[in-house]
Amino acid sequence: MKAKRDVKFGARTLAKLSFLLAAGTLLAACSSVEPWVKPYERDRLADPIMAFDRDPVSSSYLHHVFDSREGARGALGSAGGGCGCN
Amino acid sequence: MSGFSRFLKVAALASVMAVSVSLAGDGGGRAADFKLDRRGGKQLGLQDLKGQVVMINFWATWCGPCRQEMPLLEQMHKKYRPMGFTLVGINVEEDPSGAEAWLTKTPVSFPILFDRENRVSKLYNVSGMPSSVLIDRKGNVRYLHRGYKPGDENTYLDHIRALVKERA
Amino acid sequence: MFRSRTLHNPARRARAALFILLLVAGALFAGRASAGVLPEDRADLLYHRYDGGGVTIDGPSLLVRKKFLEKFSLSANYYIDMVSSASIDVITTASPYEEERKQYSVSLDTLRGKTTYSLGFTNSKENDYEADTAYFSLSHDLFGDLTTISLAFARGWDVVQQRDAITGGVDPDFRENTDRRTYSMGLSQVITRNFIVGATFETITDEGFLNNPYRTVRFVDPTSAIGYSFEDEIYPRTRTSNAVAIRGRYFLPYRAAVSAQYRWFNDTWGILAHTGEIGYTHPWGPKWIFDARFRYYTQERADFFSDLFPRAQAQNFLARDKELSTFVSQTAGLGATYEFPGGLPYMPRFVKKGTLNLRWDHIFFDYEDFRDIRVGGLAPGTEPAYSFEADVMQLFVSIWF
Repeated sequence: MKAKRDVKFGARTLAKLSFLLAAGTLLAACSSVEPWVKPYERDRLADPIMAFDRDPVSSSYLHHVFDSREGARGALGSAGGGCGCN
Repeated sequence: MSGFSRFLKVAALASVMAVSVSLAGDGGGRAADFKLDRRGGKQLGLQDLKGQVVMINFWATWCGPCRQEMPLLEQMHKKYRPMGFTLVGINVEEDPSGAEAWLTKTPVSFPILFDRENRVSKLYNVSGMPSSVLIDRKGNVRYLHRGYKPGDENTYLDHIRALVKERA
Repeated sequence: MFRSRTLHNPARRARAALFILLLVAGALFAGRASAGVLPEDRADLLYHRYDGGGVTIDGPSLLVRKKFLEKFSLSANYYIDMVSSASIDVITTASPYEEERKQYSVSLDTLRGKTTYSLGFTNSKENDYEADTAYFSLSHDLFGDLTTISLAFARGWDVVQQRDAITGGVDPDFRENTDRRTYSMGLSQVITRNFIVGATFETITDEGFLNNPYRTVRFVDPTSAIGYSFEDEIYPRTRTSNAVAIRGRYFLPYRAAVSAQYRWFNDTWGILAHTGEIGYTHPWGPKWIFDARFRYYTQERADFFSDLFPRAQAQNFLARDKELSTFVSQTAGLGATYEFPGGLPYMPRFVKKGTLNLRWDHIFFDYEDFRDIRVGGLAPGTEPAYSFEADVMQLFVSIWF
């Protein structure tokens, strides 16, 4: 609840806003980077043999075998690649 | 935070979102001419279809959504053919044998061209798989579709119906 | 420059963080409403079998995935471990046992724009241990679909109980809990039309009863006939671990794929581990795919691990679990896949294609500071270091529909 309308904004607020705007615009600009592997050149990446995880039922079982016998855990899963369609 | 600086932050967010919304790519301008080998022999060029409404569909056998929309494209081609519409499928694979095998199992009646060196894909700046380009009777690019999701065929039909009504 | 009231006030910090998150989300997720693709519909039935170190565990795993309403993909898994254990720990400190563990998992994926959201839940139950896990993750394609970033958060709740040696049932007086939180971040990048790389960072925090109620440690005991005695293990009640992994996959011109992966791991218990794996996938004709794999794992022991403590209650925390010792494990594996088309006799009409798969992995475990105390007649602490080999077999059929 404000006692009075507070319209002051100093150098700090301006700096914060500029940073946010710059970060947002940079991210937006980055989303229009031209891909160097064209969508019609993704045939090999779409090949099932190029999937990091071709058979999830098998890889999750093997992960369990190692996880339950070793001290280390985590970081061994992956998303990405494939046909890049749509 | 003060009301004004809150407003500024919201405005910053809104403007960033506006900037990042990319245009659907309404193309515009003359459709670049090309001539490619056609399945079943001979060649086909865009010039050969002057006066018709043409929908060029860039596709590949390794692209799931491409395979999914093919039967719908076949239906559209059969229905609007009498009204001066042609669908042209351009397969973008280096090796056409995959496409030949797939088309033997799932035949279509519209022309299939092979763009083995991706010359035409580059010419049309194909930026998604599948991509469909709608060209009017005068030879201008009017609509561009990137990708395929079930339901997109309704948009295709709207655009085809509009273009088919126009005179050459 | 950013020293301000915002950073000192937790409520303001939270609001600022949320705002930045929304800004980033707005920049990334706004844009043309085109979509990626959901995983394919498929069903897999696996028979798995582990044989090694006196332990045999086998059972089925059934996994089914189906799209519905064009926007969602639902996946469900039913998995069983049937355990017959006469492992070195069991032989030296208890008696062989048989047990069954059943696990149910369900997950839902949905596609909105270029982002896939996933929500999942798993329940695992055996007669003296129950574990529930819930997770949420999202993955987003950027930069012309060449980059995929993903974030995931998982929460686990475990209940640890104890079998009563006399009645064979569960001891009603013993019931402990463990809570787990997992945070992970991943990045995958297409480098060329033949090459894709990925990196993942994952941090896991456990809190609660983290040891095994049956396991013991041994200490030098001159009053004992064999020179040592056993007491219960004592673990810290918290554990935080960090793991970083990088991986790559490369398409060879004659149609084959080669892959490599490395993971670095460390945690607050003092364990440091390195994992390296290389793999080769070779299709043969239109129907066969062969896989070969080699994995190398090395671990440095937890701070409070010792095979033989100098006396009873030697330190605050005591462990003799070989899983926390210094050891190396090496795995060599082979796999063969045979693809068959749909439309074969006796096959349901909805089957588009299928595969029949056989995988075999052989694991060598070599411990450095965990000793084989089944070997009698030796002074405590001079027994040979323990090692064993295990065979892991997988036979599964997959169908796409």
